[in-house]
Amino acid sequence: MAVFLALVRRELGVAFNSLTGYVVVSVVLLLCGFSLVDIVTKLNGGREAGPVVGLFYRSAYFWLILLPLPSVITMRSFAAERSSGTYESLMTTPVGDWQVVLAKYAGAMVFYALTWLPLLAVLAALRQITHEEAFLEVRATCCAFLGIGLIGSLFISMGCFASALTRSQMVASMLAFLFTMGLWLVGLGPALADNADAGTGRFLSHVSVLRHMDDFAAGIIDSRHVVFHLTGTLLFLFLTARVVESRKWK
Amino acid sequence: MIEVRDLTKRYPGRTAVNGLTFSVGRGEVVGFLGPNGAGKSTTMRILSSFMPATSGTARVAGFDVFHQADEVRRRIGYMPENNPLHLDMRVREYLKFRARLKGLGWRRSRERVDTVLRQCGLVDVERRIIGQLSKGYRQRVGLADALVHEPDLVILDEPTIGLDPNQIRSVRALIKEVGRSHTVLLSTHILSEVEMTCSRVLILNRGTIIAADTTENLQRHLSLDGQVVAEIEAPMNILREGFRDLPGVARVDFSEMDGDFIRVALTPKDGEDLRPIVFEQVRQHGWKLRELTRSRHSLEDIFVHLTKGRKEELL
Repeated sequence: MAVFLALVRRELGVAFNSLTGYVVVSVVLLLCGFSLVDIVTKLNGGREAGPVVGLFYRSAYFWLILLPLPSVITMRSFAAERSSGTYESLMTTPVGDWQVVLAKYAGAMVFYALTWLPLLAVLAALRQITHEEAFLEVRATCCAFLGIGLIGSLFISMGCFASALTRSQMVASMLAFLFTMGLWLVGLGPALADNADAGTGRFLSHVSVLRHMDDFAAGIIDSRHVVFHLTGTLLFLFLTARVVESRKWK
Repeated sequence: MIEVRDLTKRYPGRTAVNGLTFSVGRGEVVGFLGPNGAGKSTTMRILSSFMPATSGTARVAGFDVFHQADEVRRRIGYMPENNPLHLDMRVREYLKFRARLKGLGWRRSRERVDTVLRQCGLVDVERRIIGQLSKGYRQRVGLADALVHEPDLVILDEPTIGLDPNQIRSVRALIKEVGRSHTVLLSTHILSEVEMTCSRVLILNRGTIIAADTTENLQRHLSLDGQVVAEIEAPMNILREGFRDLPGVARVDFSEMDGDFIRVALTPKDGEDLRPIVFEQVRQHGWKLRELTRSRHSLEDIFVHLTKGRKEELL
């Protein structure tokens, strides 16, 4: 456990010893700020129907943060170690392959969670401005954060997998973005293809990250969504561990 | 400490290591010598359990490097080629992190980090960021990392590459110091390094060991001819007469030099030292002698001699 914690601390150190971590947090903060202005403008216009709480989670700003963020966070995890050679010194210590994979995933998840904290400030500000109690309502907020966490968990495990495949951080981040964007686009399927047959439609709505997030934002915890994201995370972590082990097969 | 039997590592289309067999005893400092691409790093990676061999066995401290990898890694301090370090970390922070990874407890890691900082002369820079240190200091950090968990065996892959002469000297001194208390396997393609630091040398070329012995023995066995050169002041015809039919001499060459001096080069029949014979001749004839040397082949000559044929093939 001590080794695992040392590795997680190191992962966070990588983010905050350089500018990368601060730049990422700043950009997320900026996008949250824009979304706040956007929501307030919409509310003033009075054109928005439906529950106001969902406004943020349907906005372009939200997905502009959620889709690329995991790929930016995870691009370094394995690729940077491989290109700098520290991967070899890491893998010649008595640390297991799975321990390394889980520590990199956990480190990325902690950083991911930290970057979402400004969202709480946005919600608090909205509550202050609109006098709408629904903003920052404990249960709904917890559900939304659970959704953000679960989707992020899957995306981050995809990012770890992409990073393990290559030495180049650039390639790793693009590959990870391709995975996350791909899944997100598949999720748009039900909305785009009205005439899709029932089976396909049902399948697409099951894997629709957009729909999952809608449910979480509305305070619904659907066990199917939870299982989908957790199994997806495990699958990609398993694949990452296999890639890490693959040096033993060559 | 190290037992390697028929170790082979094949990559697609290339055999990096081919049937390597050698052993290293406890307390030895062994140099792994070979041109680039000879299979040194591959062998070291296998020994440090980073990757498995295609066939053959390798044991470190009695543990199989593939099946008992964790046990082996606990006993090895490995400094990979190019000494990769986390450049964003501070020296002490990095060593502490590495000590924790190698399974040392909190208190123990602090003690050991203090010890290796002193041992490697890093106390003055312990709070500096590694990326801002000179290459020489970085190399020391790499060595300190390899030593931090008190390993039985230290494996250093090209530890002085890219350093300036002063830095090379201080790193070599450090390696010598480490060699007093640890078994060391050191790879390099710089021959003088092996001559200075190692008690035994394994010369590797194209994945096979082509010579394995102490540096002195290699010089003795492989000294190509042990030629003796003398510069003597005497008339040429008398000199020719004096050196005719000497016992143990295969060949004598004469060449005129500045003034009345003549350079006499004698090649022995079976590696015998001809200096006493030459001196005796000079004394008997009352000639004037200004130089008498026996060419002693450096490891470099031996190395070139051993790998020459193969190099020409490559060219």
